[in-house]
Amino acid sequence: MKIFDLAQDSVRTRNQGLHDSPEGKWLVSHPDGRHCIAAGLDAAVDVDIEGHVGYYCAGMNKHASITISGSAGPGVAENMMSGTVRVKGNVSHCAGASGHGGLLIVEGDASARCGISMKGTDIVVAGSVGHMSAFMAQTGRLVVCGDAGDFLGDSIYEAIIYVAGEVGELGADCVEKEMTAEHRQSLTDLLSASGVDANPDNFRRYGSARKLYNFNIDHASDY
Amino acid sequence: MSKQNSLRPSATFPLDVLAEIHRAADQGIYEIRGFGTKRSLPNFDDLLFLGASMSRYPLEGYREKCATNVTLGTRFAKKPIELNIPITIAGMSFGALGAHAKEAIGRAATQMGTSTTTGDGGMTEEERQSSKTLVYQVLPSRYGLNPDDLRRADALEVVVGQGAKPGGGGMLLGQKITERVAEMRDLPEGIDQRSACRHPDWTGPDDLEIKIQELREITDWQIPIYIKIGAARVSYDVALSVKAGADVIVLDGMQGGTAATQDVFIEQVGIPTLPALRMAVDALRELGMHRKVQLIVSGGIRTGADIAKALAMGADAVSIGSATMVAMGCNKPVFIEDYQSLGTEPGYCHHCHTGRCPVGITTQDPELEARLMPEMGARLLRNYLTTLTLEVQTLARACGKSHVLNLEPEDMVALTIEAAAMAGIPLAGTNWIPGA
Repeated sequence: MKIFDLAQDSVRTRNQGLHDSPEGKWLVSHPDGRHCIAAGLDAAVDVDIEGHVGYYCAGMNKHASITISGSAGPGVAENMMSGTVRVKGNVSHCAGASGHGGLLIVEGDASARCGISMKGTDIVVAGSVGHMSAFMAQTGRLVVCGDAGDFLGDSIYEAIIYVAGEVGELGADCVEKEMTAEHRQSLTDLLSASGVDANPDNFRRYGSARKLYNFNIDHASDY
Repeated sequence: MSKQNSLRPSATFPLDVLAEIHRAADQGIYEIRGFGTKRSLPNFDDLLFLGASMSRYPLEGYREKCATNVTLGTRFAKKPIELNIPITIAGMSFGALGAHAKEAIGRAATQMGTSTTTGDGGMTEEERQSSKTLVYQVLPSRYGLNPDDLRRADALEVVVGQGAKPGGGGMLLGQKITERVAEMRDLPEGIDQRSACRHPDWTGPDDLEIKIQELREITDWQIPIYIKIGAARVSYDVALSVKAGADVIVLDGMQGGTAATQDVFIEQVGIPTLPALRMAVDALRELGMHRKVQLIVSGGIRTGADIAKALAMGADAVSIGSATMVAMGCNKPVFIEDYQSLGTEPGYCHHCHTGRCPVGITTQDPELEARLMPEMGARLLRNYLTTLTLEVQTLARACGKSHVLNLEPEDMVALTIEAAAMAGIPLAGTNWIPGA
């Protein structure tokens, strides 16, 4: 295992190392809230980060498995393409924003706008999520094992949201939908892949009413 | 009442206002259209060059060298952009434009040694292959954004705003969301697609500074990062762009084009290119960053004279979008029946949003698109860019400049008080700059 000590070296130097020699296992120590750690990885490497990270950790991740043993600042795993990012603590706003693929697991809580503009990524939050989560979410799945704040799924497209706990006010064009056997199986598989212990029977499903897809004068008050 | 009085028009409710109220009452929705503002605004036509005289020494128009090359992105990037001409092609999306138009633009830009720019919807293979120098936009929607394309781009452009609609997001109506466009944007086919107006993962200049750091980390600090702003609070936005770490600022005035936007947005929001450019240059000079952070200005650039005046006011380059389309045939008097079927005529068309472009530029329809073959489109655009360059050189030589970037405000006068005040150029025949 290669060890990067960010108390000794810059993020720039270490990210360049991860880009240039993307193989094996890496341990990043003393992250101390620094930004953009392990951003832009493009190989099936394992990266363990021992501590809290700042903005955009694991941004645009592709293939890599990244574990953060701490909490993460805004935009963790933003625009992820593939791979896995696991945060053992809590995450700030915009976690998993605009992600195209891969799996983001948050073992704690997520702040506002979790999964905003997601485009195919999967996000599993063991705790609760803040307001405006899955805002303009296009495709992919957001699983919330705790509660969801107000305006969940505002302006949502074809993404699927599963929530076990309480849900505040739903966002524009977001509605509760039937939890079919197919959806329950999909959720069961996703929970299993994430390693988060939750009973799929406790979840409700939310998605788009598709009333805002094309302008309709009778729906003008929903805009 | 006399017949003359019975036909007296109302200044408050002229015919176009009456028609718009009738249309609104019929349809219950604002008008959405393409092209750009149609109102009269102070512009570069309101400035004139003085040319050489007893105290200024002109260059021979056909012999003496007048260089046009420009370097963009010298602040942080390891590989700045080197262009042969100070005229770049503005971001226009695949989706708004068809693949033929995008390829034609790429080919022409490459032949002329300049850059072209992606748009809302990501990078197409045709565009990357045909464009030697390609600027990849990072937009609020993040449609199609991926790190592979980031790394194969020659520069990145973080789009904060657009001159036609500062504060608004993109719009692409359902008729243009074909299977390929939908797939690139991860959206259902046929929906009216309204792009986000805010970026999903940053909310202010402090965040943007870190976002740019992330983009630099992903691209290993190799390529320049531009910030594009719509002309509104220009002084602040330029200063904050510098603070956020921009290599290049792209400033888009309200005459900038759009593929589809509400008419009320196009006509009522933002400020014209002329004052916006002066404010941007003032802000850069105040920070000691003029020519260190390069400035590209766009919004209603049509002629070599417009470009020369923009450079003289302090821009490092210009960017053209609408004029690019016009060069390829937009509003040309051909296929007239197709214009008429849209309810318009050549010279008036702003129907980019319909996807029924009579000349095959802003369409995804294969039959219409076949009217613009990439090779022909590239030739038209190359001719136009060549003409623009010759015009800029002509004016620069007349002012005694051996490089077009040596043009300066002192070379110009203003024709109107408004233009003098907005551009910071003295009114012709006086030393007066209103407001200075």
